[in-house]
Amino acid sequence: MECRDLCFRYGKPKVLEEANFAVEQGESLCIIGPNGGGKSTLFKLLLGLLEPNSGELKVLGGSPADATARVGYVPQALRYDPLFPISALDIALMGRLDRLKIGRFSKKCRDKAHEALAEVGLEKEANRPFSDLSGGQRQRVMIARALACEPEILLLDEPTANIDLSVEAQFLDTLKKLRGKLTILLVTHDLGIVSEIGDSTLCVNRRIHRHSLPLDGETIREIYSGELRIEHDRRTRHRQGDHSKCKHD
Amino acid sequence: MTEFFEALRDVPLIRYSLYAGIVSSLTFGVVGTFVVTRRIGYIAAAIAHSILGGIGASFYFSRTYGLESWCSPMFGAVVAALLSAAVIGWVSLRAKEREDTIIGAIWAFGMATGLLFIHYTPGKAVNLESFIFGNILLTSKGDVIATVILAAIVLTLIALFYHKLVAVCFDEEFARLRGVSSKAYYLLLLGITAISMVLLVRLAGIILSLALIVLPAATASKFSRHLWIIMLIAVGLSIVYNVGGLALSYQLELPTGPLIVVVGSVIYGLSFIVARKSR
Repeated sequence: MECRDLCFRYGKPKVLEEANFAVEQGESLCIIGPNGGGKSTLFKLLLGLLEPNSGELKVLGGSPADATARVGYVPQALRYDPLFPISALDIALMGRLDRLKIGRFSKKCRDKAHEALAEVGLEKEANRPFSDLSGGQRQRVMIARALACEPEILLLDEPTANIDLSVEAQFLDTLKKLRGKLTILLVTHDLGIVSEIGDSTLCVNRRIHRHSLPLDGETIREIYSGELRIEHDRRTRHRQGDHSKCKHD
Repeated sequence: MTEFFEALRDVPLIRYSLYAGIVSSLTFGVVGTFVVTRRIGYIAAAIAHSILGGIGASFYFSRTYGLESWCSPMFGAVVAALLSAAVIGWVSLRAKEREDTIIGAIWAFGMATGLLFIHYTPGKAVNLESFIFGNILLTSKGDVIATVILAAIVLTLIALFYHKLVAVCFDEEFARLRGVSSKAYYLLLLGITAISMVLLVRLAGIILSLALIVLPAATASKFSRHLWIIMLIAVGLSIVYNVGGLALSYQLELPTGPLIVVVGSVIYGLSFIVARKSR
């Protein structure tokens, strides 16, 4: 994955400018940065949902739009209608939609969807309705759906936002198993995840910088310009039962 | 009830109406499930009301220019329903206009044009009552055939594209990333809904049609969380409502549409209590 002098704007103000970075195959990269810094926009560009205004972006050696078939995408949690009547298996099968023309899914597609569910530890839940699953299980179904695409790159957009902490642990185990098998790009505010999953980080705040890990306090302050809560810090305090100081200074 | 069964045996038209009712119930159950889960009930209602425009236009043009041979109310209804589905779909996908505003505009515009066309239609007065309140006894064999053809088209389209339609309803963006043209399938869903509304308006009338597309699926969704099971239950309920309505309208000479809607609503209400106890 390679990005050179990338620029993007929705209206007048630039969301991303002079972005330069490269990601090697098999790397696990965490993307951090303040809200509105351009993280989601970067993902949409990588997925080919948006076109850059200038500069060059290559995914798997070609244009992002040509690569979508080989990219698995896990969107933000809680974007779905929780009442939608659908089974875990049917959601995983959506990862195989590009292999379906009309009618029913082939045996091979069904097998792949079952495999993907097994990979995230949900093979027994395949026929359960989505609405019956816990928050963490739902999010793992979404990863299974992305894995059913047989991707070379996995993009995850704040997969742990709005998920409680106990669930997050299961989720992290799933991700750790995938680490190294695929190229992983993960947007998160949770610096705890960054240190557990990431080989290095990509900081997105209009410009894009690569940082190696571990991040020191100085870098974190620079990235978030002191505005944003440091989730990891808040969560650590939360775990210890101290809610008094939620702002990092 | 024996009178109804005798009529079924002796009067071909009642028999055809029964067949048409059962065939279109398949459509109502299946399409209604999509309408309820994708939450497009009000789009369906706007389409139903715009159908009056098509019916009015078909009367006007067929009588003014002598096109009775092909420009039937059913034809006008299909054209108007598909047109308004296309406009609502195009607006919600393209323009930045608020969707509910467009729904309201199409709703009223359709009714208004229908009434104006009827006003200028020459010849004997057109009786709109059967279109507004419905008439479960279909008037001609041609209507029955048209109903079966339209229902067959809708069910075939859904059988062919089932998984893609479900995917687009559940997560449009992901479907698009998997190479499914989300916009095209959303428009297809609206088109299918439009044709179903034409069939429903024939049976239950414009005003009551919304209840009959939504109630069976909404009741069914209280008892299952699997889409295809909901569809099966909804089809069953639709058949009960339509066949029951046909029998009652023949037997009791009651206004059937309102009767079905009241019974359907009560069953939907009861389903809350039953579903809560069974969980």
